[in-house]
Amino acid sequence: MAKVKVATVWLSGCSGCHMSFLDQDEKIIELAEKIELVYSPIVDIKDFPENVDITFVEGAVANEEQLHQLKTIRERTKLLIAFGDCAVTGNVVALRNMFQDSVKEVLERAYVENVDHSKQYPTQVPKLLENAHPLHEVVKVDFYLPGCPPSAELINYVLNEILDGRKPSLEGRFKFG
Amino acid sequence: MSERTVKLVIDGREVFAKPTDTILKAAKDNGIYIPTLCYLEGLTAYGGCRLCVVEVKGNPKLMTSCTTPVSNNMEVITNSPRLNKYRKQIIELLLAERTHTCSVCVANGSCELQELATRFGVDHTSVSRNWKRFEIDMTHERFVLDHNRCILCTRCIRVCDEIEGVHVLDVKRRGKDSSIVIDLDEPWAASYSCTSCGKCSAVCPVGAIYVKLKPLSETKKKELPEFVVERRRR
Amino acid sequence: MKPEEIQKIAEIEHDMRMAYKYRIKVCCSSGCIPFGAQKLLKAFEDAVKELGLQNVCKVARTGCVGTCSVAPVVLIDPGNHLYQNVKPEDAKRIVQEHVVNGRILEEFVYKNEAYFSKQYRLVLRNAGKIDPLRIEDYISVGGYSALAKALTQMTPEQVIYEVTVSGLRGRGGAGFPTGQKWNFVAKSTAKPKYVVANLDEGDPGVFANRTLAEADPHAIIEGMTIAAYAVGAEKGYIYIRSEYPLAIQTLKKAIEQAKSYGLIGDNILGSTFNFDIELRLGAGAFVAGEETAILSSIEGLRATPRPRPPYPAVSGLWGKPTLINNVETLANVPLIILNGGAWFSKIGTPKCTGTKCFSLTGKVRNPGLIEVPMGITLKEVVYEIGGGVPEGRKFKAVLVGGPSGGCLPESMLSLPIDYESLTQAGAIMGSGGIVVIDDESCIVDTARFFIDFCMDESCGKCVPCRAGLPKVREILDKIMVGEGTEEDLKVLEELSYLIKDASLCGLGQTAPNPVLTTLNYFKKEYLSHILDGKCPAGKCNIKRMEVVKK
Ligand SMILES: Cc1cc2nc3c(=O)[nH]c(=O)nc-3n(C[C@H](O)[C@H](O)[C@H](O)COP(=O)(O)O)c2cc1C
Ligand code: SF4
Repeated sequence: MAKVKVATVWLSGCSGCHMSFLDQDEKIIELAEKIELVYSPIVDIKDFPENVDITFVEGAVANEEQLHQLKTIRERTKLLIAFGDCAVTGNVVALRNMFQDSVKEVLERAYVENVDHSKQYPTQVPKLLENAHPLHEVVKVDFYLPGCPPSAELINYVLNEILDGRKPSLEGRFKFG
Repeated sequence: MSERTVKLVIDGREVFAKPTDTILKAAKDNGIYIPTLCYLEGLTAYGGCRLCVVEVKGNPKLMTSCTTPVSNNMEVITNSPRLNKYRKQIIELLLAERTHTCSVCVANGSCELQELATRFGVDHTSVSRNWKRFEIDMTHERFVLDHNRCILCTRCIRVCDEIEGVHVLDVKRRGKDSSIVIDLDEPWAASYSCTSCGKCSAVCPVGAIYVKLKPLSETKKKELPEFVVERRRR
Repeated sequence: MKPEEIQKIAEIEHDMRMAYKYRIKVCCSSGCIPFGAQKLLKAFEDAVKELGLQNVCKVARTGCVGTCSVAPVVLIDPGNHLYQNVKPEDAKRIVQEHVVNGRILEEFVYKNEAYFSKQYRLVLRNAGKIDPLRIEDYISVGGYSALAKALTQMTPEQVIYEVTVSGLRGRGGAGFPTGQKWNFVAKSTAKPKYVVANLDEGDPGVFANRTLAEADPHAIIEGMTIAAYAVGAEKGYIYIRSEYPLAIQTLKKAIEQAKSYGLIGDNILGSTFNFDIELRLGAGAFVAGEETAILSSIEGLRATPRPRPPYPAVSGLWGKPTLINNVETLANVPLIILNGGAWFSKIGTPKCTGTKCFSLTGKVRNPGLIEVPMGITLKEVVYEIGGGVPEGRKFKAVLVGGPSGGCLPESMLSLPIDYESLTQAGAIMGSGGIVVIDDESCIVDTARFFIDFCMDESCGKCVPCRAGLPKVREILDKIMVGEGTEEDLKVLEELSYLIKDASLCGLGQTAPNPVLTTLNYFKKEYLSHILDGKCPAGKCNIKRMEVVKK
């Protein structure tokens, strides 16, 4: 039987969700029998492949590149999972949305106020969006896996349920934050 | 003590209750769970959060179980797909109404709203979140009032009024602009009437009123009003 | 005062009226005052004096006849000739021609007979007839004789019986049977009991209750006093919004007069029955008109609704049994007592008796205040009374029931106006607002306008209404700029049902009506915004450049 193609993506987040994914420890070995990791920050593939079965997207959508990236991922993925609080709610990344002119305030704070040398806005990086968004404000999301981060057990449970063709039920199992 | 003379049916089960009981009380005494948020034993029922709504046979309207008294032969449904859908929507609306970023909230892990989301499987909000910035009053030496987390359940207002007997707190404005006020809209430190008893922080279900530098798991005491009321009765 | 004296006053008044051959009545309601009604009154008084007609012609103020679109208006008796758009400088000419030369001035005559033909004036029986500031005027047309009859010839039970037989239902919106409500309060044993007359009328564009109070305040007072006698109350409050200064003045004066005649106060008409009325001013919140919010407001608290039960009939003001009725409901009561419940029950439809006042506004030729028998169709109201939409425009929808009413399309115009039919169609009777919408208005924008109102007026007590309405509004906004999706429509509908079913009070429970009815009857317009990036009315500024199509 062909292995299920799984991808994991890291947008604006802290990578904590990916750490938690890795925390599945030895269970990853079992998973490896069923899935093929076709794209991830931890594998060395540059372009997001076509025909991915499941993609875990960590992090909020905070800049133009990520916006574009997420749209491509959506087109090439059957089941898109919002992975962790930043992807589900915007979480810490979206806290800047509370400021009036959030992009300017954030850049000012990070690149001018809090630095000693060469105070300047970065120029060679993707432009920040006016607000940071949870994934479902930008694309259709098929499954939400909240948590900051979601626990390794929960990730494992969800993945296995999906692999077995069931819809995981989160009632009573997850926790925001 | 009055007897349990009222017979009613809750979720198909025949149960007995006192004539003065509410549906919520009757359900609870019989081990039937109904979610609540603004309700707190020992305080006047408020009927604001609408989580405890139930279907009562013969009544086209949904009734809040915390305020509706039992009556003989009443048939109540506390758990139906429609009710649970509404409960999930209400939890979503509360999460979206102000900033509830659990990961950085002082109440993370001891928050009733967070627990409810878990229990009802509210894994995201289908309505967009509101990122409006509200004030945080940190002027008091011991307490913080963070409007960004407030769900306007008014437990603090009621405990202050009914248990402490001071009525420092109330609501100002209306609708989505409603917010808790201290005295005549003073900073907390300037409050003339506040006794600094901390009951408001003990009953706040979320992280809106809390004691500085203390884990909320220690300072929250939901049972406090019920305990005081019980004592007063003796 | 003794009951017989009422008759005597009526007779004296009658004789005094007969002494004048002509009676010039100038409407001094809020509709005509901005157009110079006060000056007009003075101008007519001066004209009569100048022409030396003081003994032939009496000039008096009167209440609104409902033709507010041609304000200011003047009525001349005998014959009740209605002159429209009269200016102070016209006064002398009119008096000269009409009174002296006996010629009717055609250029001023209100010619739109159709406007009145389908109307039936029961509640507004005295509007345009009497001077609202004179209690004697009211007595001269049979006023307070119902109170005398109730106190001298009927027991409270008999009064309630007549009201029950009449089939009268609450005009405040929900249509609860009035006799039944009175019975509940009468049966409550706790004392004291209260009567509250609801004159909050917070809906935008609705002014029927205001008109009633300005035109015939004593009808309200008499109805209230009879109600108090029936349920055993000794204290009454008229709760009125402070935005109604003229109605407040009029009522204040009327209460004073009724007191000085012993028609309210202690030992009314020589009986053992005592009843006192006090005015309470609201601070202008729509929700304050909700019956339990009124209670809080009168008690001096924030006007927020309370969960029911307990119903006000059992535990109302300060925990005591309280009867709350709309003023229009109460104004019907004297007629029922005088003519009998059976008489009243023949007006309107069997399940929905009597008449209802409506404020007819929007895109119609003849906007104004109308009173029609229950069961009349929307078509008759919009086209026959209202005269249809103005030249060159097309009818699109009619919003029935105020800001939380329903938007009904042309195909529903044959709907009879009664509580059940309206509710079934997704609208409500509400406090009687009918707004006609033409093809220049965008249906999404219309829905948003009313959601906006309810959102601003939400008291904030309960979550579905407080937190839900802003989200509904947000989605409508999104659709209006062309950023909506079909998924949004689903969320819109789901939110609407939550707000309708789970909100605490009538505000939340009815607020989604405009959205639900427009989604039901005008879905095409929503889809046109979403799928084609087009606003059929050309109203919305759709800024989306690329239309995403599969
Ligand atoms: C938001 C809201 C506003 C209301 N406003 C009014 C009002 O302005 N006048 C009124 O008579 N009833 C109003 N009502 C209805 C009252 O709650 C109540 O049903 C009515 O006064 C009862 O009198 P009735 O039986 O004579 O209709 C309102 C209800 C709601 C929910
Ligand atoms: S429905 Fe709206 S107005 Fe009524 S109690 Fe709830 S929040 Fe207040």
